[in-house]
Amino acid sequence: MSKIKPRGKVPKTASVDEIVEIKTLIRHPMHSSRMKDKDGKKIPKRIINKFLVKFNGKQVFGMDLEPSISTNPYIAFPFKAKTSGTFDFEWTDDNGDKYNMSRKMTVS
Amino acid sequence: MKQIKMKIISRRNVLYLLGGTTGSVLFSKYALSKPNLALNKIKEISKNAKVDEVDLFLDVPEIAENGNQVKVSFDIESPMTEEDFVKTVYILADGNPAPNVAKFSFTTDMGACSATTRMRLSKTQNIYLLAEYNNGNFAMTKSKVKVTIGGCGG
Repeated sequence: MSKIKPRGKVPKTASVDEIVEIKTLIRHPMHSSRMKDKDGKKIPKRIINKFLVKFNGKQVFGMDLEPSISTNPYIAFPFKAKTSGTFDFEWTDDNGDKYNMSRKMTVS
Repeated sequence: MKQIKMKIISRRNVLYLLGGTTGSVLFSKYALSKPNLALNKIKEISKNAKVDEVDLFLDVPEIAENGNQVKVSFDIESPMTEEDFVKTVYILADGNPAPNVAKFSFTTDMGACSATTRMRLSKTQNIYLLAEYNNGNFAMTKSKVKVTIGGCGG
C-alpha cells in the first residue's frame, strides 16, 4: 500500500479581508468495505472519517467523510484572511491514525 | 346452467385474485426496495422541520463517465456573520449503498460558504445538498447525475 501522505496548498501571502481558497489532498485508499482484493476477499473498511482545520489553534472548518468519498480525498474550502498565522490540518482514519500538516500564511 | 355460470365466475375471480395478489406483491416489493434513503435522512437530520427547496448552487457534472471520481462543489450565498451564517452542509446521494456522503461544518471565520470534494457514485442518481442555517432553518436542492460506470466496487 502506498504511503499515506497529506498535501496542501495555502497561499503564502494574502491581503486583509481577502477570501483565499485552500486546497488539500491526502493519499489514502478509502476502503469502503465493498471492494474486493485479487483473491475475492473483502477489504475491511478503512476510510478517513474526519478532517479538521485549525487556524492559530481555533477550529475554522470541519468535515465528516463517509465511504462515498473517493480515494485520495480532495477537499477545497474558502477562508477569509484577517491576520497572519498557521493552519493546522488533521485527518483521522478508522484505525485512529492521525495525519497532520501545518502551513503558514502571511497577511499584509 | 347454474353450475357453469358459477364456474365461470369463480375462474374469473381466481384470475382477478391472482392478478391482484401478484400485482400487490410486486408493488409492495417495489415500494420496499425503493425507499428514498436520502430523503429519509434529510427528514432525520432536519427533525421533520420544514425544508425549503431553493436554488442553492450545487455544481455536479450532468454526465459522469467514471463514478469513482465525481467532482462536487457548492456555493451558498450567505453573509457569514455571527447573526447569519450557514452552520452545516450535508451532501446526500439516493442511489449509493449509504445515503450520507459528507458533512461540512462551517464557521464565520471562513467568510464564504463553499467547498469542493470528490465522491463515488454507484449509478445514475440524484445528489442532494442540505444546508442548515444558524437560526435553525433548512434549505435544500437536488441535481441529477448520469453515471456511465459505477464506482462503489463490488
